[in-house]
Amino acid sequence: MSLSHDVVIVGAGGAGLRAAIAVAEAEPRLSVALVSKVYPMRSHTVSAEGGAAGAISADDSLEEHAYDTISGGDWLCDQDAVENFVAEAPRELLRLEHWGCPWSREPDGHVAVRAFGGMKKKRTWFAADKTGFHLLHTLFQTSLKYSNITRYDEWYVSRLLVDDGRVCGVVALELMSGLIETITGRSVVIATGGGGRVFPFTTNAAIKTGDGMALAYRAGAPLKDMEFVQYHPTGLPFTGILITEAARAEGGWLLNKDGYRYLQDYDLGKPEPGPVLRSMELGPRDRLSQAFVHEMAKGRTINSPYGPVVHLDLRHLGERTIDAKLPMVRELCRDYERIDPVHELVPVRPVVHYMMGGIHTDRNGVTPLAGLFAAGETACVSINGANRLGSNSLPECLVFGARAGRAAALYAVEAPPPALAVEAQGDDERRRLDEDLLRRSDGPDRISSIRTEMQAILEDAAGIYRDGDSLTKATDKLRELKERAATAAVDDASRRFNTERVAGLELAGMLELAECILHSALRREESRGAHQRTDFPERDDKRFLAHSLAYRESGGSPRVSHLPVTITRWPPGKRVYGR
Amino acid sequence: MISPLEARYYRRRMPLLWWAHRRSYAIFVLRELSSAFVALFIVELLLLVRATARGPAAYESFLDTMAHPAMIVLNLIALAFVLLHAITFANLTPRAMIVRLRGRRVPSRVVLAGVYAGWLLVTAFLAWLLVAA
Amino acid sequence: MDQITLRVARYRPDDEETEPVLVDYDVPLRPDWAVLDGLNYIKDELDGTLSYRWSCRMGICGSCGMMVDGEPKLTCATFLVDLAPGPVRIEPLANFPVIRDLIVDLTDFMHKLSSVKPWLIRQDEQPVEDGEYLQTPAQLDEFKQFSMCINCMLCYAACPVYGLDGSFVGPAAIALAHRYDLDSRDEGDRQRLTILAQPDGVWDCTFVGECSTACPKGVDPAGAIQQAKLAAAQEAMKSLLLPWRSR
Repeated sequence: MSLSHDVVIVGAGGAGLRAAIAVAEAEPRLSVALVSKVYPMRSHTVSAEGGAAGAISADDSLEEHAYDTISGGDWLCDQDAVENFVAEAPRELLRLEHWGCPWSREPDGHVAVRAFGGMKKKRTWFAADKTGFHLLHTLFQTSLKYSNITRYDEWYVSRLLVDDGRVCGVVALELMSGLIETITGRSVVIATGGGGRVFPFTTNAAIKTGDGMALAYRAGAPLKDMEFVQYHPTGLPFTGILITEAARAEGGWLLNKDGYRYLQDYDLGKPEPGPVLRSMELGPRDRLSQAFVHEMAKGRTINSPYGPVVHLDLRHLGERTIDAKLPMVRELCRDYERIDPVHELVPVRPVVHYMMGGIHTDRNGVTPLAGLFAAGETACVSINGANRLGSNSLPECLVFGARAGRAAALYAVEAPPPALAVEAQGDDERRRLDEDLLRRSDGPDRISSIRTEMQAILEDAAGIYRDGDSLTKATDKLRELKERAATAAVDDASRRFNTERVAGLELAGMLELAECILHSALRREESRGAHQRTDFPERDDKRFLAHSLAYRESGGSPRVSHLPVTITRWPPGKRVYGR
Repeated sequence: MISPLEARYYRRRMPLLWWAHRRSYAIFVLRELSSAFVALFIVELLLLVRATARGPAAYESFLDTMAHPAMIVLNLIALAFVLLHAITFANLTPRAMIVRLRGRRVPSRVVLAGVYAGWLLVTAFLAWLLVAA
Repeated sequence: MDQITLRVARYRPDDEETEPVLVDYDVPLRPDWAVLDGLNYIKDELDGTLSYRWSCRMGICGSCGMMVDGEPKLTCATFLVDLAPGPVRIEPLANFPVIRDLIVDLTDFMHKLSSVKPWLIRQDEQPVEDGEYLQTPAQLDEFKQFSMCINCMLCYAACPVYGLDGSFVGPAAIALAHRYDLDSRDEGDRQRLTILAQPDGVWDCTFVGECSTACPKGVDPAGAIQQAKLAAAQEAMKSLLLPWRSR
């Protein structure tokens, strides 16, 4: 059996749903397949807490939002894309309001905005501290009204169909039945989110295994800026659950073991009792996470069963503010740490949160592969550069999800239907997956043990601080691990809802991403944003005001080249916070 | 039509005594059962109307039948069930009706107190009617 | 180290199994481990064939609902120490067909959700350029609670009406319909009430109230259903008394 649509969208989170609606509205005649390995409302967009940035206040401007984004990204952002982004973000957020999103409001009924890290003005729209949850459910529920969107819930895409250099569909495994089908389309949009699960300690959900990046990479598209991995400064130990930046935007303090607001020692400004924009606790995430490492080196962090932590102090905000503005923070602390932030200090430590890098696209989500588009965390446009600002990722999903959707619709209208020859690729993939399923191996390795080793390698070599030596060693270890993964033992040879089979496919993809991260990090001999090399501590605009592009070589390992950054109005400058 | 895939789903049936494991389930089943007794009250009312229409003799005989101990027990049981209904209904009022005064939500307890006060008032009025007559 | 036994329901249709069986696994009993951490331990260390859904492990994605000792729970937010000494019985959510092990079929709910039109309905769409629809914090509060549903399906597993008659629209779908009815920006309440007042709609609910007890997000679907009943009754009275009123 072969399933056929005009546009195939892989991933049904914020970007995928927005893209699907964009296609449905731009070209109602087109039929859209929305394929996701989970039900749409399980997508990781649901976990975003703090908010979504869009300049609407009278005292705010698009220029200021652009400047904050570009300086926050340490000048690695493509400025033409940033200009599109800041201009369209408020419209997208308003559109979501029109679809029913329950944004928090001012007493006069207008949408309220709050402060956020690295932003000079209050411009973050929020729905209490469950912004991503409300955004995702609003998009999902709105998508239900379009009859030309066909959903494939719990289908895992294992391969892109490529005919003569053009992407024209996917091969997917229906989890419920274990059947493998081809779903053809005139264009394909990838919106599968990031791959934080290559690291051991992450805010990312179990599903965030970077599947879409691996799909595009294997099909020949380059992955851009993969060395830039964001550590969020405030994750709960053990679970890695995120405590939103909004906690600091509302006035929370970061304290070391002496109860001292240590950020003042790291060129982030002077401590004031209330929150000050672009200062102290409201500095950018990369700088705050780096400050933690220095505090740890000085022995001024607190030891916990899960490693060193610092304290987030919200007590002075009072119960009313916490319940009104940060109800989820209180809920999470109570349910998962058994502490009440109204009366107690919250232990936190930096945690892998976001991938600035991803599939190389232009401002319309167009990738170098004909017929392939990408948007959201899985893509790298790039508006996030070397460090994403908090509350820019949700509007990124909306703005570039819509742009990619419209571009894919336009492409589908003009493109010829997929060649019949791609069906043969579907048969190949079916054979490959079945051989893999029935392969019996008694090797000492398991999927879970290989995964754990990979995560340890990445944390050691590609954490907050990196150096050439350990990166080189890590690439060797990872190559060896990749070989062992091919013979890892598999317990489950059944077809229906075989989650071990999916875990194996995810792992294979993650190993490729991990290689891209290590190789791109090794080649970038400078320190910029979230990429800090102890052997090259300075930013080097002469050599590296450029994106890294990782291409997959025929042998399977990445080849890294560089592409100049687009600068329009903001020449590279020094990042200044707290002054 | 059931696809071959769905044919392999395992469908659980609710066990016969499923309602015995949880108070709220048991009360739910009792309420469902109570409909028979509510119906009984209606039948009695209709019989009363018929007896009244047929004259004093028929009315007296109706009263005799109703005074039988078995009938009294039956009616007491029915009363208990009707009370269960009434209380369930009263208790869910604050959740079914959101009352606002000057833009602020009136707390459930206050609404509930109002419902019970009203009930008491109506009962007292009816009792007064009976006694005064 | 302390151990606790997880007694897990296994159902493997590929292996010609016709009935689920309970299988015991011993997992470490650690103070901060949720039931889900125990299941992940089984999957990673003991038996790779165990199948279940999970994702965010912070109580917001709604994937990991299961019956824990007979109660519908999010396994990421239910801690092993609170269930010690065990054994802890873990089964798929009640009232749904089981696909495999701890995974149930949600297709029925997905159909029901779209049948109640859970999206904003307007007579006239205002252009985005004209700005937002105004909504005061008080108007937001009217429906906020009912917008918190994460579709975890615990309420359906707790509802005996759904268990006895699967055609009942059910708590979460009605709560979400009611959420839009109460939204000051929405004008679709009469369309939705017509749907909800049909057989299998709100009147099937006999106020057991267990859906609200089971809800991990404080949504109170039972309250939503009763409010929808009242609105449906008012609407019916209106069309009876004012038949000329346009529909």
